[in-house]
Amino acid sequence: MLRTRLRAPWSRYVLALALIAGPGLLGCGSTSAAKGGDDAKAEGEDGPKGLEPLEERAHAVVEAPPPPASEAFTLRGGVVMTATGHRWDPGYVVVENGRIAAVGEGEPPSRVGRVVDVSGHVVTPGLIDVHSHLGVYPQPSVGAHMDGNEATSPNTAGVWAEHGFWPEDPGLERASAGGITTLEILPGSANLIGGRGVILHLRPMRSARAMRFPGAPDTVKMACGENPKRVYGRKGSAPMTRMGNGRGFRAAFAAARAWLEENRDKPVAKVKRDLEMETLAGVLTGRILVQVHCYRADDMLTFLQVADEFGISVRAFHHALEAYKIRDVLAARKIGVATWADWWGFKMEAYDGIPENLALVDEAGGRAIVHSDSPEGIQRLNQEAAKGLASGRAAGVSLDEDKALRWITANPAWALGVDAEVGTLEVGKRADLVVWTGKTPFSVYAVAEQTYVDGVLVHDARVKDAAPWSDFEKGQGVGL
Amino acid sequence: MVAGLALLTAPLAARAAAPAAEECTVLVGGRVFDGARWLDGAPTVVLEGGRVRAVGGAAPPGCRVVEVAGKMVTPGLVDAATQIGLVEVPAEGATVDLDLRAEFQDGEHLVRASVRPDFAYNPRSAVIPVTRLGGVTSALVVPRGGVVAGSSFLVDLAGERQSDAIERTLVAMHASVAGGDGSRASALEVLRVALAEATRYDREKAAFEANRTRALLLPWVELAALAPVARGEEPLAVHVDRASDIEGILRFAEGTKLRLLIFGGAEAWLVKDLLKARGVGVVTYPFADGPDGFDRVFARPDNARILDEAGVSVAIASFDAHASRKLRQLAGNAVRAGLAGESGLAAITSRPAALLGLRDRGVLRAGAVANVVVWSGDPLEVTTLAERVFVHGREMPRESRQTRLRDAYRRLPARDGAGAAAP
Repeated sequence: MLRTRLRAPWSRYVLALALIAGPGLLGCGSTSAAKGGDDAKAEGEDGPKGLEPLEERAHAVVEAPPPPASEAFTLRGGVVMTATGHRWDPGYVVVENGRIAAVGEGEPPSRVGRVVDVSGHVVTPGLIDVHSHLGVYPQPSVGAHMDGNEATSPNTAGVWAEHGFWPEDPGLERASAGGITTLEILPGSANLIGGRGVILHLRPMRSARAMRFPGAPDTVKMACGENPKRVYGRKGSAPMTRMGNGRGFRAAFAAARAWLEENRDKPVAKVKRDLEMETLAGVLTGRILVQVHCYRADDMLTFLQVADEFGISVRAFHHALEAYKIRDVLAARKIGVATWADWWGFKMEAYDGIPENLALVDEAGGRAIVHSDSPEGIQRLNQEAAKGLASGRAAGVSLDEDKALRWITANPAWALGVDAEVGTLEVGKRADLVVWTGKTPFSVYAVAEQTYVDGVLVHDARVKDAAPWSDFEKGQGVGL
Repeated sequence: MVAGLALLTAPLAARAAAPAAEECTVLVGGRVFDGARWLDGAPTVVLEGGRVRAVGGAAPPGCRVVEVAGKMVTPGLVDAATQIGLVEVPAEGATVDLDLRAEFQDGEHLVRASVRPDFAYNPRSAVIPVTRLGGVTSALVVPRGGVVAGSSFLVDLAGERQSDAIERTLVAMHASVAGGDGSRASALEVLRVALAEATRYDREKAAFEANRTRALLLPWVELAALAPVARGEEPLAVHVDRASDIEGILRFAEGTKLRLLIFGGAEAWLVKDLLKARGVGVVTYPFADGPDGFDRVFARPDNARILDEAGVSVAIASFDAHASRKLRQLAGNAVRAGLAGESGLAAITSRPAALLGLRDRGVLRAGAVANVVVWSGDPLEVTTLAERVFVHGREMPRESRQTRLRDAYRRLPARDGAGAAAP
């Protein structure tokens, strides 16, 4: 934290302003925040105590998300893959009130709602991408749209991807057309601690806040290895080396620990507002899930050593091209491994990537996850998983399609803390579904024909020339 | 003494022995794609002396017979735009040799026609075996930078020596007119002036040597390198995406001898009629992010389909080094977007070869270079593997730096503390 202020002297000024303006502003939002308050212990003589009320105010809703679909419907006739070990041919899925009311083999026991025949298709859970910069590096990729890296300080834990997210990114509709229903938008990797990520439920809305996945935790993006030391080293400032990376993390975590002890039991009005510290306090209390960009095996182990020192859990390593070298450690610690099938070699820390990484992590009992980190890759996460599946099988790893399906559904749902709600086809879960053309989603030819979020059909490939989601695309080439 | 020598040379000898040339190999029982279409039945494919001797007919005696029933046999894939052998690690400048600037060029290094990038080609790059395991056996290696980036060269992905791998130099001269700070009109004018001066230099070489010409704006070495382009002998490959840039280039080239190719061409579908009328082929990249820049507002995933159906010759390329192995996935996605299956496969075999003037690659017919891949299934399918790869008739080892890493970590060594519980 000290370092942050040295890097960005203006942050003192901003914080001072926030403190001055704080009480009045907070007062305005208190009604909505109080509604969500459920922690009786936090109520003290001086009003609510601790950090939770502050978090609630920061997460207040401006525009309510849409209600789930009220229309009930049944998908029947197609293959149903649940990501829980079942492949029913045929199977059925019954959706009521935006949730899965029934799922099983054969014909549905009773016909509920509209019946949609999906013979010749495959139904899977909606796909989940744990690593996207859609909206913060939106298309068109122009200077004005570079909102993903607050590369002004190696610790910008106080920035939120949500605040930089442009909901008109044309990539969002294309992701939906690839079967994505939930995605995590992360800050970039210029900084050691890049800021908070946001988990979105993918449908066209007017703001990130309205797209937020209901009840999903916040996440924080951290980055080890080459990027932070390159970005800051080039400016002649820290970190310039991996040693500097290590010190940067430790200094930030130590400061956060001290700040948390000092502020956690104070009345809200007396909390010393500090946005970097508030995010890191959420990390220390486990409220915020830690997502770490890290390629090399030794970098991951170093990060774990630092995390252990401060009692921090890593939810998932992202990119993690060398996870296969330490898959025993990662599996034992239940740390997710989010990676690609065959991106490699673009920098030194990516030089040891192998296409069997996913399969080897899975075989070791780890949580393998396919992520995109790309507006192109997010359109075909199923193909990426298919490549990982084929490479793994060729290497003698015993894998089936259900396992590979989990790499893009159940496992990423877990990494984002939303696995109770989505990621598998199970009764009670949100009806986030994809209907694929063909016999398997693990084909280059498979098209996500229908994508449902909360039981609402948000993408339908059968409809040609539908108006684009994005305002940027509306009217381009018109009037010639 | 003999034994000692053998020991000394063992590592090298072992490496050389692995891809030992086979006099004659016959692939029997597979389905065969000849570069344009899937042939009826399961014709035998005979490879002899580094060439395809025959497709169909009886297997000649004395050849090694490789049973490939249930497999698919295609020409080795041809990636018409790569950086293979000029880039080892893109983020490490010292390993990147794509930028052909030199002191003797114009001050801004806008015209870099003369530098021969093939002299920098590294046949020992770790990228090569990785790419070959993806079924790619030939690659056009393309420099980048400036308005005129330089000439590309063609390699086959085998061999320990530059001379083994480099098959053809000066395949095409590459240029780009968009993406700089200045107007693309200025870039086009640089190109026009360069070609005009090259023509003049070519015509008045004697006068130039006698120092009897007006001063030229560009150095003579660049003009000499551009002369074959101006004469229409070496194609001019223009890297542009925006439809209006293609229109600009086509207008610019009217009445000249230029043999144009469009590389990129994300919006080429908008001007398919012009491309068809002028007989200009397109080497494209079918993974459209979307409108990821104002040069690609109208990019669409079925660009290749639209061009193909309009009769424009379209090839698909990776435009990368490390991702060249994804070439067939690129083509597969173009097919997913509506391109006919055989056109998709042709777009990474015979079409790029034809566009680049290579008659003996990307095809399986008597006389073609014996670059052949045996696939476990549909070559465009992501779960299919290239099971056997032949380059110049030699079956290449199924090894790369990546397979070695995989094998080294197939079983993790037991280590004290490994798997310790989280705190």
